[in-house]
Amino acid sequence: MGPLNVSNAAGRPEPGATRGPTEALDAARPAPPRGPAPPRFGHGYHRQVTKNIPAIAVEGLRKRYGEVRAVDGVTFEVAHGEFYGILGPNGAGKTTTLELVEGLREPDEGSARLLGQPSWPRDPGLLRRIGVQLQASAFFEKLTAREQIHTFAALYGVSSRRADEMLETVGLTEKAGTRDDKLSGGQAQRLSIACALVHDPELVFLDEPTTGLDPQARRNLWDLLREINAQGRTVVLTTHYLDEAEILCDRVAIMDAGRILRVGAPSELIAELGVGNLEDVFLQLTGREYRE
Amino acid sequence: MSAFRSLSLAMLKGLLRDRTASFFTLVFPLMFLLLFGALFQNDSVSRSHVLQFGEVAVLDEMPADQRRDLSEALNVEQVRDRDEALARVSDGDADAVVWQDEDGRIELRYSAADATRAGTVQGLMQSLVQSANLAETGQPPAFELASDQVEDKSIKPIQYLAPGLLGWAIAMGASFMSAFTLVNWRKKRILRRLWLAPISPGTVIGARIGVSLGMAFLQTALFLGVATIPFYGLRLTGFWWLAIPLVACGTLAFMSVGLVIGAWAKTDEAANAALQLVIMPMAFLSGSFFPLDSSPDWVRAISNAMPLKHLNEAVQGVLTRGEGWGAALPAMGGLLLFAAVLTAVAARLFRWDDT
Repeated sequence: MGPLNVSNAAGRPEPGATRGPTEALDAARPAPPRGPAPPRFGHGYHRQVTKNIPAIAVEGLRKRYGEVRAVDGVTFEVAHGEFYGILGPNGAGKTTTLELVEGLREPDEGSARLLGQPSWPRDPGLLRRIGVQLQASAFFEKLTAREQIHTFAALYGVSSRRADEMLETVGLTEKAGTRDDKLSGGQAQRLSIACALVHDPELVFLDEPTTGLDPQARRNLWDLLREINAQGRTVVLTTHYLDEAEILCDRVAIMDAGRILRVGAPSELIAELGVGNLEDVFLQLTGREYRE
Repeated sequence: MSAFRSLSLAMLKGLLRDRTASFFTLVFPLMFLLLFGALFQNDSVSRSHVLQFGEVAVLDEMPADQRRDLSEALNVEQVRDRDEALARVSDGDADAVVWQDEDGRIELRYSAADATRAGTVQGLMQSLVQSANLAETGQPPAFELASDQVEDKSIKPIQYLAPGLLGWAIAMGASFMSAFTLVNWRKKRILRRLWLAPISPGTVIGARIGVSLGMAFLQTALFLGVATIPFYGLRLTGFWWLAIPLVACGTLAFMSVGLVIGAWAKTDEAANAALQLVIMPMAFLSGSFFPLDSSPDWVRAISNAMPLKHLNEAVQGVLTRGEGWGAALPAMGGLLLFAAVLTAVAARLFRWDDT
């Protein structure tokens, strides 16, 4: 499936295989192994944290819908170049948190600063520096992949040539003339990521980018996401797949009922709770009852 | 490419590639014009078929040029049998019988089955008799005036069909496009995505209005192009170009109808149903398909509340009746006010998401 089909060729073990917690992580990451005591923000020594201000600084965010406290006092920070995961069961408040942080909604209380600037009220100068992939693919109707990304490029004042390069990066050059409704799930996700990245943002938000993809498409997308992160961009991701978070994220925040229950590197959390993998951590923290 | 141009292009492509949408907004109303125009071509409302029994002075002693003018509106047939003639009128074969009593009174018998036709014939004969009376008094200018009235009565159907159907087409195109854009962009989260792009809301709204105006002008050009070919025979009068700003104001007014429905409706289907319920009755009540001159007072009262009625009337006025700014400006003002009020309502109803 295009130039990104390298993950299995590189001989990485499947995340579900029998393994020790950290061993699997290290093997699966292209980055060098983690140190035993990761610093608070970002831990890969390959990352250049050049700025003192964090990429994201969220403080005391609250959002109520009627009686429901969708987000109930969320505070966290994400360092420059970090790959940060927000995890939680359905209805935990992940998407609302992300939307508050992105500046799509006005928080009832608290604030979110992106790259040092508040995300609410809307600030076009800041919007130029962030890239957002929304949960449902936000495509214009009846346009081909190339027309979609050219339209988004124009919204950001980016050249068509750059848009075509981005299409190449996500391996969709061959599908450039295909309309959005004729793309497969994986292709549509890659296109929507390409549209989020077309203006070369410093900070990227991805809301469940791998939902509904087959294992091949998922792994291809992981490679793409790692690449994005390896270029020095800060990436924030929500996902339901704990294996994915374990493999991709430097740190994760586990949410439930509108609050953050725990933040830390996946390996740290696994060690702390003395369980087998991140999914066990998740279940131990959020319980096993059905949600929604 | 600028954000404005690129958004406009995206919307235009989306519309033109949606075959159903482009058929219903562009082709469908034009088909009505082609069809109605052809159907009613030889069946002018005012070209009435009158049977003349015996001598009728006002008809027989008419000067040749006046007779020619009259023949556009009235087809007079001489008959020998009055009873047979009356039977033909009640059968609907002819519109009226006319004869003259010994004491000079002109008798007219018509059928009430076709009220419009009956009214036209009565009006024509009335004006003929009055013209003749005036002529007797020896006042030429008054006679001239009467002769003008006869001409005015001979409105060809295309003269109200073209403006009326154009108004309907504009109303459909503008309202459907803005409602569907709003519903789909909300559903597909394009609204959210555009919020997160560094462009002003004005750019998005401007592009949307620009595309709708472009489509409306294209429709106007197609309609006038078709209606003015000799086969349909629409003759444009001096201020016909005032139809362009009128169409622009009408487009804004009906876009605002679409915005209210789009803000309220959760799905395409709901928006479609609501639009049909609003636009079709409005088109009928605004005289888009047939004139409402002979309809009851209460229908005309409702009709006066319809923005489309005023658009139709003003467009008909400037296109075919030689009217000017006086007809256009009040209609434009009213349409813009209507647009402003409904846009404010839509803003109150507006939601970013379906949830």
